[in-house]
Amino acid sequence: MTMIFGVPLAVFMGQLLLGLINGAFYALLSLGLAVIFGLLKIVNFAHGAMYMLGAFATLLGMRYLGINYWAALLLAPLLVGLLGMVIERLLLRRIGHLDHLYGLLLTFGLALIFEGTLVNFFGVSGARYPTPEALQGGYQLGFMFLPVYRAWVLLAALVVCLGTWFIIERTRLGAYLRAGTENPALMQSFGVNVPLLITLTYGFGVALAAFAGVLAAPLYPVSPTMGSNLLIVVFAVVVIGGMGSILGAILTGLGMGLIEGLTKVYYPEAANTVIFLVMILVLMLRPAGLFGKEA
Amino acid sequence: MATTQTLTPVMERQRRANMRRNAFYLLLIVVGLLAPFVAYPVFLMKVLTFALFACAFNLLLGYAGLLSFGHAAFLATGGYVTGYLLSSYPGLTPELGILVGTGAAVLLGIAFGALAIRRQGIYFAMVTLALAQLMFFFYIQAPFTGGEDGLHGVPRGNLFGLISLRSNLAMYYFVFAIFLIGFAIVQRAVHSPFGQVLKAIRENEPRAVSLGYNVDAYKLLAFVISAGLAGLAGSTKTIVFQLASLTDAHWHMSGEVILMTLLGGVGTLFGPVVGAGLVVSLQHMLAQSPLGNWINVILGLIFVICVLSFRSGIVGEITKLYRKNFK
Repeated sequence: MTMIFGVPLAVFMGQLLLGLINGAFYALLSLGLAVIFGLLKIVNFAHGAMYMLGAFATLLGMRYLGINYWAALLLAPLLVGLLGMVIERLLLRRIGHLDHLYGLLLTFGLALIFEGTLVNFFGVSGARYPTPEALQGGYQLGFMFLPVYRAWVLLAALVVCLGTWFIIERTRLGAYLRAGTENPALMQSFGVNVPLLITLTYGFGVALAAFAGVLAAPLYPVSPTMGSNLLIVVFAVVVIGGMGSILGAILTGLGMGLIEGLTKVYYPEAANTVIFLVMILVLMLRPAGLFGKEA
Repeated sequence: MATTQTLTPVMERQRRANMRRNAFYLLLIVVGLLAPFVAYPVFLMKVLTFALFACAFNLLLGYAGLLSFGHAAFLATGGYVTGYLLSSYPGLTPELGILVGTGAAVLLGIAFGALAIRRQGIYFAMVTLALAQLMFFFYIQAPFTGGEDGLHGVPRGNLFGLISLRSNLAMYYFVFAIFLIGFAIVQRAVHSPFGQVLKAIRENEPRAVSLGYNVDAYKLLAFVISAGLAGLAGSTKTIVFQLASLTDAHWHMSGEVILMTLLGGVGTLFGPVVGAGLVVSLQHMLAQSPLGNWINVILGLIFVICVLSFRSGIVGEITKLYRKNFK
């Protein structure tokens, strides 16, 4: 059997794939955070809760309404996105003029509320969501076994990430968005409805998180705390990538997933912490992050 | 005396204010000394340790404008180091254990502070959060922390080798003394030229820089003092409950101390004390009621309400009311 630095190739590739898939989730979540931070200047602490709500909407939709995976892929982000827009309209808007730290604190409170409520109804242990039929099984690639569902997650995450990047960097709507982050007052005077833009942006950002939640439902146990633990890692990813950068969020997300996967192969004890160590290193060398602009 | 005659009205007002403040402090100390005869000492000790923790946090947020989302790391470090030392070396007295635990938190504060003050605002919050998470995973895996179970049965020992802390009353007065020392340090730091510079940095950092202050040094010192006091709170807490566990290291703890400070009043001396008292009492009351499972939801609601409608916190709002109506 082929070995890579003393590790069988299949194991090596398997961990690399796992890392890449985790990286896809990091990328989707940090992308949403970057979009929201860009326009609202809010570190959305409720992002993990939104991811969790996406997964729960998928699970409960199947259990009680018979909604299948494919419909959930569309409906859950829509639902959570709407919830996000309501939150932005009713709560976040009121503190928009204050120090940005209040946004962080408010969304932290929201995260506690969502998480605590679901813990009361469903406990912390979590439930399984079956892999959709069309995506069961896997391919034998020769050097490794590739489960179809994992390949699908990777593909879907990449398509959505690149789509978002395209919209923001290459379309007129994206131009408005970017201009809105630079100078909202000027945009307003050009007749662009900036408040609406902000509401839609927040809705879109949390919908991305919910989309990641739907993708995660068949992979990980669906539990109320699934988001909060992931979120801290994503924050570290965001610091490494540089907060405002869209491309930075995507590339750093995937990259950190890979690094985590590699650490799992060679030094499993550090797998949980390697991203934080990278963060420290990056902070020492480039305080603005890999893709961030020096403020 | 001649000096009293030369007092200007401003100085006279200042002198009266100082007297009133000292009388107020004295009254609080008397209340603190009598409290264990009215309320359950262990509950009071819990309030005091969290109040010290919140005061430490508030020194950073309230006076330097730095929101640390990783203060649990210092609380846990103090707790684990003290707990480990006292469990493994039976001859060690509790005050030495606390000293070393606090020292460890100070060292960690220097390391984390040096990294975190490179960024500002939201970035600072996220960097401290991630660093604290690093410590959380370290404490899960480190051989001396008892992993998921934590350290149990940490002996309270004899204070200075003489006074047994096994009785809750003796323990209470020890904790009360520690709290007073910690509070005095915060009070002194705030009402000193150092504190004035911190406030200047909070209000307008570029201006403080242009005035020639070494802003980074001031921020780092504030961070280290705050970390040390948080470690002191953790060390003390470990001795009181004879337990050091992962709860103290979890980032929810960092959130809780923010809530305590916010609820009581950011940037007021007594706000964190009031906030800690309220949150601990609330948890205590809810734990025994049918609403016990809803603690996090209720804390979340308080968070949202605080941020939306009374950002100055209880003490801050009362001070505002007082200034408006009585001055």
